[in-house]
Amino acid sequence: MSISRRKFLGWVSAAGSASLISTTAHGARKHFKGYPDCYGILYDSGFCIGCRQCEEACNAVNKLSAPVKPFDDLSVLNQKRRTTAKALTVVNRYENKKENKSPVFIKLQCNHCLEPACASACFVKAFKKTKEGSVVYDPSVCVGCRYCMIACPFEIPAYEYDEPYTPRVMKCTMCHDLIKENKLPACVEACPMGALKFGKRNALIKYARERISKFPDRYIDHIYGEHEMGGTSWLYISSLPFKDVGMREDLGITPAPELTAGALGAVPVVASLWTVLLTGIYAINRRKEKLAEREKKEAVEAAGRDKKKVSLYE
Amino acid sequence: MLSNANNTAKSILTPFNLITGAIVLVGLVLTLMRFTGGLARVSNLTDYNPWGLWIGLDLLTGVALAAGGFVSSAAVYIFGLKKYHAAVRPAILTAFLGYALVVVALNYDVGIPWRLPYPFIMQQGTTSVLFEVGLCVFLYLTVLFLEFSPAALEWLGMRKLRNLVHRLTVVLTILGVILSTLHQSSLGALFLIAPSKLHPLWYSSYLPVYFFISAIIAGLSMVLFEGAFCHHFFADKLGEAHRQEKDQIALGFGKAASWVLAGYFAIKVFGISADNNWHYLLTGYGLWYLVELLGFVLLPCLLYATGVRGRRLTLIRWTAGWTVLGIIINRLNICIIAFNWHLPASERYFPHWMEIGISVFLLTCGLIVFKFIVSRMPVLYSHPEYKETH
Repeated sequence: MSISRRKFLGWVSAAGSASLISTTAHGARKHFKGYPDCYGILYDSGFCIGCRQCEEACNAVNKLSAPVKPFDDLSVLNQKRRTTAKALTVVNRYENKKENKSPVFIKLQCNHCLEPACASACFVKAFKKTKEGSVVYDPSVCVGCRYCMIACPFEIPAYEYDEPYTPRVMKCTMCHDLIKENKLPACVEACPMGALKFGKRNALIKYARERISKFPDRYIDHIYGEHEMGGTSWLYISSLPFKDVGMREDLGITPAPELTAGALGAVPVVASLWTVLLTGIYAINRRKEKLAEREKKEAVEAAGRDKKKVSLYE
Repeated sequence: MLSNANNTAKSILTPFNLITGAIVLVGLVLTLMRFTGGLARVSNLTDYNPWGLWIGLDLLTGVALAAGGFVSSAAVYIFGLKKYHAAVRPAILTAFLGYALVVVALNYDVGIPWRLPYPFIMQQGTTSVLFEVGLCVFLYLTVLFLEFSPAALEWLGMRKLRNLVHRLTVVLTILGVILSTLHQSSLGALFLIAPSKLHPLWYSSYLPVYFFISAIIAGLSMVLFEGAFCHHFFADKLGEAHRQEKDQIALGFGKAASWVLAGYFAIKVFGISADNNWHYLLTGYGLWYLVELLGFVLLPCLLYATGVRGRRLTLIRWTAGWTVLGIIINRLNICIIAFNWHLPASERYFPHWMEIGISVFLLTCGLIVFKFIVSRMPVLYSHPEYKETH
C-alpha cells in the first residue's frame, strides 16, 4: 500500500461523515399523543346486530368487486373472517355462552392508530396519519414490500397478491375523503342501529365511559383502543372481554414506532464509533509493522557490523 | 458433478451443464409466471403471512451467509492478519454474488419491483428499519463491487484502473465493516416492531445484536465451507499460496468461530434471563429453540474448539457446514417458523413448490456465475503480475 497517512485519514473521515449524513435523520423522537382534534369512531357492540350493512356500504364506497355471497347472506358469519383486499371491513360473530345471551358481534377494520405501525415501518412513506384521524395510503409510491403487514399488530392491511402489475395494500381509510367533505364515513352512515358513532376522539372516550358507568352490567370496563399500541382512533366497547371476541389484549400500550426507535438511534453511534475504532486499529497495526521492519533492518545492520569487526580481528 | 467442469471445452453436455441447464429452464418459466400472473400465481403468501421463503431464505439467510466478505477483509486489511490473505478474494466474490442474488430475489418478492429505488428517489421513510437496510445493502453492494473489481481488472489487463481501485482497499474495508454492522443488525431489528407476532423465545430487544454476532459466525463458517468446496471442485484453479494457507485459514477461522459462538451462546442465555423466558423452554416451541441453541450454537462451538485443538481439519470443515445450516434454521425460525406462532395451523405458511423452485433457480444462477468467474479470474490464485502488491 503506497498511500500517505494524511491521505488515508482524509479518505476515512470523508467516508465516515458521508455515512453519518445519510443516517442522522433517524435521531430521537418525542412522545406524541395524537392530533388534538382528531376524529374517531366508537363501535358499541351493545347495538350491533350483525346485519353486514356496514360491509356493503364499505364495498360500494371503495368500489370493490361484489363478493361471492351477497351481503344479506348471514351464513357468512358462521366463520371467523379477517380483512382482505376485497373486504376492508368484516363483522364477526361470537357466541355468548357464559350467560346464554344473544351473540356478540365485532366489526374489524383498520383502527387508525395515533402512531401507526404501518406508517413507521414504511420505507417510502406511503402511509400517513392525517390530522383528521385517518391513516391514509398512497398507492402511487408503494413498492409492495409488505413490511406494513408484518408491522401491523391488528393484522389489518391486505395485499392484492393476484394483481400482477399494480398490486396495492388495501385497508380502510375511515373514508378520509368523505370526512373532509364534512360527511360521515360510509359504514357509520349505513349502520341502522347506531352501533357506530363518529365524533372527536376525546368526546367519544368521554361518551364511552359514561355508557360503561351507566350500564355496568352491559359492558366490561375497558375501552379498547384508548391505550392499545399507544391509542387508536377507532374505539370499541363490548359486553364480553375483548380476548373472547378475537381481539388481542396482550398488545401493550407502547406505540409501534418506539419499538424500533432505539435500534435506529444507534445508527449514527455505530457509524461514528466504528470509523474511529477501525481507523485506529489499522493505524496501530501499520505502526507496529513499520517498527518491526525497522528493528529487523537495524538488527541486520548490527549483525553486519559485528561480522566486520570479527573479520577485522581475525 | 462440478469436478467435470474442466471438460467443458470438450463437450457441452457435462452433468453440471445438464443439471443447471434444466434448473435454469424451469426457473425461466417460473419467472415468466411470477411477472405475468402476480405473486398469487407462484407463492403461498397470504395476508397473515406477507413474508415467506424469499425473505426468510434469500434475503435474511443470504445476507448473513455473505458476511464472509467483511469478516475476512477486516481480519486481513484492518487487523493485520496477513496470513489469511488467500481467504479474502473468494470471500469477497461470494459476498458480492450473495448480495447481488439478494437484490435479484427482492425483485421477485416485492409487488412492484421497478419501484425499488423509490425509497431513495421519491420519499425517504427514515423511520423505517427497512429503509436503513435498503440503503446499507445498496451502498454495500457498491462497495463489494469495487472490492472485487481488481480481480476482474487483472483478468482484463487494465493495470492502471486496477491499481487505482487497489489503493482504496483499506477505505473500502472500513466502509464495508460499518455498512455490514448496520444492515446485518438491522435485519434483526426489522422484527422488533412485531412483538405480538414473533414467539417470545426468538423475540428479544437484543435481536439486532444476535443478528450481527451470528452474521460473523456465518461469515467465518462460510469461508471455511466454501474453501472446502473450492478445494474439492476447483482444485486445478487453486494457487500455490492458497494451497499452503488453506490449513492455516481453517485453524484460524475455526478458532475465531468457536470463540464467537461461545459469546453468542452466552448472550442468547442472557437474553432468555433478561426477559425471564425460561418457562417457555418446556413447550413445543421451547424444545425447538433448544435444538437451535444447543445443537447449532453450543455443539459447533465445542466441535470447532476440539477441531482446532487437535488440528483435525476435516472436523473443522464439517462443523463449518453444520454451523451454516444452523444459521439458515435461525433465520427461518425468526421469519417463518416462530413468526405468527399464535395463529391456528390453517393460517400458517408453508412455501409453494414454485417459491422453492425460484430460490433454487437463483442459487443455481449464482453458482454458474461463480464458476464462470473462478475459472477465469484470479480469485483462487494470485495473478503472477500482481503478486508483490497484494
